Amino acid sequence: MHDVALKMLLGDRAKYIGLIFGVTFATLLMAQQVSIFTGIMSRTANAITSVREAEVWVMDPRVRYVDEVEPMRPVELSNVRSVAGVEWAVPYYKGLATVRLADGMTQQVQLIGVDDVSLVGLCHDMIAGQRETIRDPQSAVIDRNGFLFVWPKGDFATAKPLELNDNRLNVRGVCNTQPTFLTFPILYVTYDAAMEMTPPQRNKLPFILVKGRAGQSAEDLAKRISDQTGLQALTTSQFQWRSINYYLERTGIPINFGITIMLGAIIGAAITAQTFYIFVVENLKQFAAMKAVGVTNGQLLRIVLTQAGLVGVIGYGLGIGFTALFFFVTKEAPALQGFRLYGEIMAGTAVAIAVIILASILFSLGKVFRLDPAVVFRG
Amino acid sequence: MHAVSFRNIAKDFPIGDDRIRVLHGCSADIELGQLTMLVGPSGCGKTTLISILSGILTASEGEVAVLGQSLTRMKDRQKVLLRRERIGFIFQQYNLLPALTAAENAAMPLMAAGMKLPEAAEKARAILDGIGMQGQGDKLPRQLSGGQQQRVAIARALVHNPGLIVCDEPTAALDAATGKAVMGILRDIANDPGRAVLVVTHDNRIYNFADRILEMSDGRLTGDFAPDAFHKE
Repeated sequence: MHDVALKMLLGDRAKYIGLIFGVTFATLLMAQQVSIFTGIMSRTANAITSVREAEVWVMDPRVRYVDEVEPMRPVELSNVRSVAGVEWAVPYYKGLATVRLADGMTQQVQLIGVDDVSLVGLCHDMIAGQRETIRDPQSAVIDRNGFLFVWPKGDFATAKPLELNDNRLNVRGVCNTQPTFLTFPILYVTYDAAMEMTPPQRNKLPFILVKGRAGQSAEDLAKRISDQTGLQALTTSQFQWRSINYYLERTGIPINFGITIMLGAIIGAAITAQTFYIFVVENLKQFAAMKAVGVTNGQLLRIVLTQAGLVGVIGYGLGIGFTALFFFVTKEAPALQGFRLYGEIMAGTAVAIAVIILASILFSLGKVFRLDPAVVFRG
Repeated sequence: MHAVSFRNIAKDFPIGDDRIRVLHGCSADIELGQLTMLVGPSGCGKTTLISILSGILTASEGEVAVLGQSLTRMKDRQKVLLRRERIGFIFQQYNLLPALTAAENAAMPLMAAGMKLPEAAEKARAILDGIGMQGQGDKLPRQLSGGQQQRVAIARALVHNPGLIVCDEPTAALDAATGKAVMGILRDIANDPGRAVLVVTHDNRIYNFADRILEMSDGRLTGDFAPDAFHKE
C-alpha cells in the first residue's frame, strides 16, 4: 500500500507542495534561530575558549562572567603558582580601553595583555605578521574583524599606528579569532605593556591562567587552588558555562530567541497541521471507499504515516539544507562569523519536526479511524 | 447455500437522546446466480440494509449470513476481511482514487490483501479488458467518461473474484445508454452460478435486467417480485 500512499500524496501537487513548504519553513526557522542563538551564546564565552593553553582560570570570587573585571592583588599570581600540581600560572589582562587612530578618531577596544614570555592567551591563527612581534613593547596584534572595522580598506601587511593613553602602538599582526559578545576590536599586547599603558590603579590583575601538571584533572586542580588561595578557580568549561548562564539569566536574549523559535514551531506546525488535515479530510471519501473494499485501519495508518514520513523527510531536508546554505553564504559576515549548524541542533530540530508532524496527523487519523465506510453509499 | 440470508433485521440510529428505527424486521434470501434488485423510494432504508448485508453496518436486531458466514457475532476485523475477500462493491459515485490509474484503482482489493501493485494491476488489467476497457488501464479517472469510470469500479468489484457483488445505484450518474451497457455487464456477472449481484436502485429503466426485485418502503420489505410481475404491480 506504500505505492498507493505515495501516488495519493504526489497526485495532489498543490497540497503536496504546501505540506513540504510548511515543514521546510518550520525546520528552517527552528534550526536557523537555534543556531544563531547558540552562536550568540557561544560568543559570550569565546574569550575563554579561545585561550586554548589554559586549563583553569583564577579570578576574584566576585566575578560572575568573563567580561566582569575585579582586579586581584599581584601577589595572587605567586600564591597560585605555589599550589601543588600547578605546571605554570601566568597573568592575563582583559579590559576595555580607548585608542586614538592616526586620523584623530577614537575607538574603544578590548585590550588583552598576555604573558610576555609564553604569550599564553594570544591568538594562534595569524593571517599577517608574527605572534612574537608583540614582545616589542610598542607592537600589537589585532583580530581580523577588528582590523576591518577600524580600517575597512586597510592592508593587513602594513603596520597601523595607534595611540593608547598617550602611548604609541603599531599594529603589526592580524589574527583570526572567534568574535566575542562585545563586538569591540580585540587588541593584543603583552601583559607588561598593558600594565604600562592602562591607567594606574592599586590592583590590575583580572585573571590568572593555569595549566596543571600531567595526570591530574582540571576540576581537582581548580578546587585545590580555590581552597588554598580563597580565589575563584574554574576550569575552562566551568567558566564558559558560568558566563553563558550569566547572559542567559541577565539578558532578554534567550526569551526573545525562545519566542521566535516557538513562533516558528507554532507557525510551521499550524501550516503543516492545517494542510495535512485538509489533505486527509478531502480524501475521506476515498479512505471510506478503501475501508469499504477491505482496507484495514492499520493499512490506512501506514498510508498516512508513509505520506507524513515522505513530507517530513523532504521538508526537513530542505529546511536543514536552506539553513546550512544560509550559514555558508554568511560565513564571512562579521555579525554571523563562527555561527554553525551543529549536529545536535539538526537532531533536536528533527525531533521537533517529527513531533509536529505526528501531532498534525493525530487529529487527521482520528477522523480516518472513526470514519464510517457506509458514507460511500450516501451519494 | 444462499448468497445472503437475513432474518428480522432491524436497525436503530441515535438522534440526540432518542433512537430512531429505520429498518423493521426485514427478512429475505439472496440467491447465487441471480441479479437481485432492491428498489424503493429515497429514504426507505435501502442503503442501510445493503450496508448491513455487506458487513459495513451492524444490525441492531436480527441475523445475517453472507456466503454461509454469520455476520451477527463477527468482529469488525473479520468483517473487514470478509469484505476484502468475498464481497465486491460498486458505488454510485464510483469512488475511484484520482491519483491512481484505472488498473491501480481496480487492483485495490488485491493490494489490500497484500499483493504487490505491479502484479495486482496486471490482474486488474485483465478484468478491465474483459469488460470493454482494453487499453484504458493506464488512464487516470479524470481521463475517463462516467461509464468508463463505472466499468473501472466494476473491475474493482470483480478483481478478487468475490461471491457477492453489492451495487449502490450503479446507473444513477450515467446516461440511459451507458447505464444499460453497465447493467449488461452486471447481468453477465450474475449469470455465474457461484456469484450473486445485489443492486440497489430506483432507476426503473433497468428493472428488466433483474431476476428478482425486492421492494422496500418505510424500512420494511414490502414485496418480492419477478421483473414482469413488478411492472404489472
